[in-house]
Amino acid sequence: MAVKYFHHALKFRKEVCIGCSHCMNVCPTEAIRIHGGKAELTDNRCVDCGKCYMACPVGAIIVEQDDFSRIFEYQHRVALIPNVLLGQFPEKVSINQICSVLHDLGFTHIFEVEHGTRILEGAMKEYMQMHSQTKPLISTFCPAIVRLIQVQFPALIENLILLKAPLDIAATYLRKKLIAEGAKADEIGIFYITPCAAKIAAVKSPVGEDTSDITGVINMDFIFNKVYTSVKQGHTGKNTCQVPSLSALEPDEMLWSLTEGESSLMPGRALAIDEISNVIEFLERLENEEHCDIDFLELRACDQSCAGGILTSGNRFFTVERLRKQAREVAQGKASKSEHHQADSMEQYRDYLMENIGLKKVLPRSMNKLDDDTKRAMLKMQMVREIMKSLPYVDCGLCGSPTCNALAQDIAQGRAEITHCIFIQKKYEQKQWLSYNESMEIMKEIWGGDKFGEHKN
Amino acid sequence: MHFEYNVEGGNFTRAGYASSEIKKIMKQLNVDMGIIKRTVVACYEAEVNVVAHAYSGTIYVDVSTESITIKLVDEGPGIPDIDLAMQEGYSTASSKVREMGFGAGMGLPNIKKNADKLEISSLVNKGTTLEITMFFN
Repeated sequence: MAVKYFHHALKFRKEVCIGCSHCMNVCPTEAIRIHGGKAELTDNRCVDCGKCYMACPVGAIIVEQDDFSRIFEYQHRVALIPNVLLGQFPEKVSINQICSVLHDLGFTHIFEVEHGTRILEGAMKEYMQMHSQTKPLISTFCPAIVRLIQVQFPALIENLILLKAPLDIAATYLRKKLIAEGAKADEIGIFYITPCAAKIAAVKSPVGEDTSDITGVINMDFIFNKVYTSVKQGHTGKNTCQVPSLSALEPDEMLWSLTEGESSLMPGRALAIDEISNVIEFLERLENEEHCDIDFLELRACDQSCAGGILTSGNRFFTVERLRKQAREVAQGKASKSEHHQADSMEQYRDYLMENIGLKKVLPRSMNKLDDDTKRAMLKMQMVREIMKSLPYVDCGLCGSPTCNALAQDIAQGRAEITHCIFIQKKYEQKQWLSYNESMEIMKEIWGGDKFGEHKN
Repeated sequence: MHFEYNVEGGNFTRAGYASSEIKKIMKQLNVDMGIIKRTVVACYEAEVNVVAHAYSGTIYVDVSTESITIKLVDEGPGIPDIDLAMQEGYSTASSKVREMGFGAGMGLPNIKKNADKLEISSLVNKGTTLEITMFFN
């Protein structure tokens, strides 16, 4: 049994899955296979990017979240919201309305994740100075990217900037502050409203951290629907709450989670790349280079970064436009500039936060290798090459593996048979090595009986 | 195990293909990351050299459980003075090539620095053969 490295927030519901293989075909790490008419996930290959979730036509893939009622287990209930949440709503929905509904839902405090970026920005610049011999340094902001590097580009692990994400810094701060104000540690529940699955996985099984200061995670679409329903029904929120922190974000902070949010602030030559296939293409190229002129790399798994998170409800391009507009208005001083006291109080804890800002070593989890032992890996590779000679290079996926090469590797690993290939089946049938019924059975084994007219009652 | 890749002289858009393939092979064999890194740097540099200087070339790769040997055989102008070419900063690259970020005169010295073993032979107006060997242990 392979060691399970990652917690995954993406769950495949077998009872809903129709075995259409859309997810298998879009997975950038080839982590999905079809067996018995259902999609199956190889946990250690998955990086939680969520491409499969977006591709599934029947909603068979869900993003596991904490039960909302869990927030009531705590006396102090903090909603930790990323700025992209605010970008989900049409402009006529005010920040105050959104916060009022969050209060009505039961949260006692609301805090924006991006308040953590102020301290992080300084720490990153310091880190870059201290590690100026390593080029390019890669941001660890996007957890799917950190996992991608672990499984596919382990040689680049040393390029990762080992600093916590704004989310974790904000949570650490809130915990410290609430305790200083008299709250007991076990009375504080910090719940992150997440735009993606990777952030959930990062909270549930942090990489480079022992534990997380975040208590639970609530999916952004859940909150969006609650808020928007309430707004549509004309409730402006019974709780006229105070939201002193929300307009105190600086323009740079508001845009941190968007593409170029980090790269535009870092010194030297900085480059931002979003969307996981783009990132993979670039990292493949980067591995060949000994010297790279780029000082800083911002890599995000989603197109348009967090605005394109799989749990967002708004159109990602509209979200980006709205957030940029808001940031411009703040920059021009149009928007009401409320006092900065939340952020200032964060400054009070600067030393404490800086002490806790570092991440431990991130470990390689290479999934490229055919075997731990080079000799056995060599034998398997020889086998893959032999098998490839008889496969059609069509990558049709009818064998239940995403490509001919993936099938060849699955066969070498003892997880599939050469007769899973439809072309081989035809050939074997002609040579009478395989009967028609036998090949039918193989296809049923892969795709399930229903697709061949065997309806279950 | 044996692999072969063709290299087209003057076509920089495809330069690096063989190096990427070799990298994939070594990753699959679970070779130490540091060794993969040095191999790829040396191999990429050598591959680009063929593209930059030769008319055409072939890369022959032999991999065993102990080592990988990458032999780059090209048909091209050859290197008149190998000792000179091994000096850092020495370059014959045209300005067109330099504009693309290649030809800084670090090629061969860099390959030598990263390779465990490097053998060069060359015949002027015939071509150059470079043999890079990396040991896994």
